[in-house]
Amino acid sequence: MAANPMSQFDVYRIGPEIKVGAFDISFTNASLFMILSTVSILLVFNLGSKKNSILPNKIQLLAELSYTFVSKMISDTAGSKAKPYFAFIFSLFMFVLFCNMFGMIPYTFTVTSHIIVTFVLAAFIFIGVTVIGFIKHGFGYLKLFVPSGVPAVLLPLIVVIEIISYLSRPISLSVRLFANMMAGHTMMKVFGGFVISLGIVGGWLPLSFSVALTGLEILVAFLQAYVFAILTCIYLNDALNLHH
Amino acid sequence: MVKKIYFQSIFFSFFFIKEAFAAESGGMPQLNPEFWVSQIFWLILTFGIMYLVLSKLILPKISNNLESRKSQILENIEAAEKQREDSDTKLKEYDEIISKSKLEANSIFNQAREKALKDIGAKREVLDKQIDNEISEAEKEIDILRKNAPDKINKIAIETSSELLQKLIGTEVNNSSISAIVDDLSKRNGDKYYGN
Repeated sequence: MAANPMSQFDVYRIGPEIKVGAFDISFTNASLFMILSTVSILLVFNLGSKKNSILPNKIQLLAELSYTFVSKMISDTAGSKAKPYFAFIFSLFMFVLFCNMFGMIPYTFTVTSHIIVTFVLAAFIFIGVTVIGFIKHGFGYLKLFVPSGVPAVLLPLIVVIEIISYLSRPISLSVRLFANMMAGHTMMKVFGGFVISLGIVGGWLPLSFSVALTGLEILVAFLQAYVFAILTCIYLNDALNLHH
Repeated sequence: MVKKIYFQSIFFSFFFIKEAFAAESGGMPQLNPEFWVSQIFWLILTFGIMYLVLSKLILPKISNNLESRKSQILENIEAAEKQREDSDTKLKEYDEIISKSKLEANSIFNQAREKALKDIGAKREVLDKQIDNEISEAEKEIDILRKNAPDKINKIAIETSSELLQKLIGTEVNNSSISAIVDDLSKRNGDKYYGN
């Protein structure tokens, strides 16, 4: 790890180069942390669902609290029609949360700090929501871009704005998560570098700042996963319950 | 505040460094497309497997666990409610039995008292009658004794005085004359001796 605060985001190959046609799908540190996150999620929730005791133990309580937390979030924002998509939103929330949290461990790699990862997730959500909307409402789904109660003069402008805002959803969704993770981790790296360069005399101030930032970043890691999941729910709500 | 400034600088660098991302150092590794395909591939693979396992195996189990707990708790609450009702009715029955038996005990006690009082009254009457009889008999006897007493005393006086006279004088005296005197004396002094 070099002193450059951006070098923590470097992706490098682990093992040999794997090529399928023209595509390089080598196993990298990013792949390693994706696998670590998913395996930890599966491990935690498998352990949490194994025994069914009336008084749950700690890991069962954790699994059940996560389950009720996500299911309440979905039913609050997207209603009961969103129930078939519960497993996807649960997986999404847990994946982002675990990737963010794994990134908080020193010397690890943060999967969600890469725009390509968050963009693929966001694009998949965007396409999926759009497809669901057209399946549920047919071309009536286009009414989403025509809000009711708008004067006829303003309508063309409003429709254009609505379409732009709709199309920018995957970008805002992916950049929000990626930028938050990258900014936080870069800041921590910068302050960590200050501790070293200021030494034993002046290093205490950036060190205390670093400690505070760690707490903040853990909060951000949770919050961004929550925001990512709840925005998915809101988009899903638009597709399932057309309000306009 | 510091974070905001930093965030902004990074956000702007997003645009400025874009042209120079081919340069290895200084740029954002995120914008280096070398491993984009690899990241997309591994993301789809890991996320897809995780989604399948969670949705097919783990989440149904958790929801099942939650449902069964809920239903069991409801069942237990119902059973508790039923038992409470049962105990309420039993308590009522118990109270009824207690009040009934109290009444019964009261009536038995009253009956026993009445009977005892009756018995005592009957026995007293019998005893009273007996006592009265005995008293009246005793009075009769006393009367007889009282009536007979002066005659006997007179007789004793006559005999005594005749024997006295015989011893003193030496001659036999006619008993009839003595009895006349004694009668006369006793009539005169009877009041003094008998209080009549």
